[in-house]
Amino acid sequence: MSNYDMYKEQILDLYKHPLNKGSIAHHTHQAHKENPSCGDGFTIQFLVKDGIIVDAKFAGSGCAISTAGASLITEKVKGMSIHTALGISSDEMLALLGIPVSAARLKCALLALEITQDALTPSSTSPKVSQ
Amino acid sequence: MITNERAAAFRSDFPLLTHNERLVYLDHAASSQKPKIVLSAMDSFYRSSYANVHRGLYKLSEDATTQFEFSRQKIAHFIGARSEEIIFTSGTTDGINKLALSILSLLPYGRRKILLTELEHHANIVPWQQFAKRHGFTIDFVRITNDFQLDMEDAKRKLDDSVALFAFSHVSNVLGTIQDVTKLCRMAKDKFIVTVVDGAQAVAHMPVDVYAIGCDFYVFSGHKLCGPTGIGVLYGRKQLLEKLPPFFYGGHMIQTVSKTDATWAGIPARFEAGTAPIVEAIGLAAAVGYLQTIGLDDIHSWEQQLSLYAREQLMTVKGLRFYCGPAHKCIGIISFTLDGVHAHDIASLLGNDSICVRAGHHCAMPLSTVIGVNSTARVSFHHETTTQMVDQLVDSLKKIVALFAGRQ
Repeated sequence: MSNYDMYKEQILDLYKHPLNKGSIAHHTHQAHKENPSCGDGFTIQFLVKDGIIVDAKFAGSGCAISTAGASLITEKVKGMSIHTALGISSDEMLALLGIPVSAARLKCALLALEITQDALTPSSTSPKVSQ
Repeated sequence: MITNERAAAFRSDFPLLTHNERLVYLDHAASSQKPKIVLSAMDSFYRSSYANVHRGLYKLSEDATTQFEFSRQKIAHFIGARSEEIIFTSGTTDGINKLALSILSLLPYGRRKILLTELEHHANIVPWQQFAKRHGFTIDFVRITNDFQLDMEDAKRKLDDSVALFAFSHVSNVLGTIQDVTKLCRMAKDKFIVTVVDGAQAVAHMPVDVYAIGCDFYVFSGHKLCGPTGIGVLYGRKQLLEKLPPFFYGGHMIQTVSKTDATWAGIPARFEAGTAPIVEAIGLAAAVGYLQTIGLDDIHSWEQQLSLYAREQLMTVKGLRFYCGPAHKCIGIISFTLDGVHAHDIASLLGNDSICVRAGHHCAMPLSTVIGVNSTARVSFHHETTTQMVDQLVDSLKKIVALFAGRQ
């Protein structure tokens, strides 16, 4: 497959104009992860109220595919329960991206999903903020 | 002398490149392609000469041993050393790790500091960090200047009586800069500091003479030198090797073994436990011969000419920023970024045009932090790189810039 196929309009657009970039002052969940081999690294923060994800934001930098992934997953999970969000599979993530992803770029495509899972999985919550 | 025509002709020495006409291989700093002469040396050894070495009393083994030791001699000569000063390892990383296991007793008594530099590869940082933790040492780093060279004033200041060991690279795998290794070793020697030089990026691109440099230890990998993977060299000055304790134990490195203890063999056997990378050594010697026939001075000169040309052409790419030293002080490595395009995307899209480059921090995270970029793209040249390849690189980069700017 052509690598150029991966760089459809949506990906480039999300790279240049990312959704949900920033931070949440009183976030209830967060996690950070990097792809050490290529210099992608993000922190994703979530605000969860009564089990529902009310807000999600990401900070950091990465390649076009990982950045697009971060925009897409943070947008997707808003309004979902933690349980539903944790149920998002790798295949669904790739479908969100809507592009063919080569084996070499799979880590980039799935990075934000992994961070989301790390953040929302019960054992890894950040210090709770009283609500 | 290497001209562009001659460089183009070298391509036919490499089966992989011959069979992939469109491939533009610009990742020599990661690893080199292998010439026919290396492949056939290894293949024919396996087919006609192979036996385990050093211990067989039959002709096949004796001949294999002779060839193996002749390879060692050839490699020793390549860097201006003696045979017994050449220890075969599985690569640069392996060599440095092994040295870190044994070197404590060689260090000046009472000193508790290891000095590194900001431009080191992880292979020449992490083993020393672990050494420091094990033995209660501290680590300091010689800084780099704003134009990406090692700060010699800072080196002079930091090479003092508190330093036991100074480990630094001959050539930076990111910035391409050639350090003044002779001067640095002399400054260290004045203070009785043990020197370890990482030559992984140097030996394939310029002549190296370890006696002239005056270092105590010098390490490099075979696979970056047109040789096979799985072999490298740790050179140690004879007087030091004779005092160095072994790092790995087993067969060949012993003299006698009882139920309770063992005595050690002489050098370099003491440092080569187990079965050696026999065929890899044959391959490495063939690689060394291949490069010597071309001439390391000529290779160095060609890479510098090509670098100058490449820098000129790369300057025409909008938003390209260089992260490398001045051309005349470098080998053929150029690291760069493109505004608005992540290095990973650059490499991916260049790959689409059959251009092979590297992206990331190149196993030099501390350096990335110092120069202030997470990720750079890196191209690296060798004797078979041509100006046409540089032109193709530049054309592709311009396409990438256009794609990300929204014009295609």
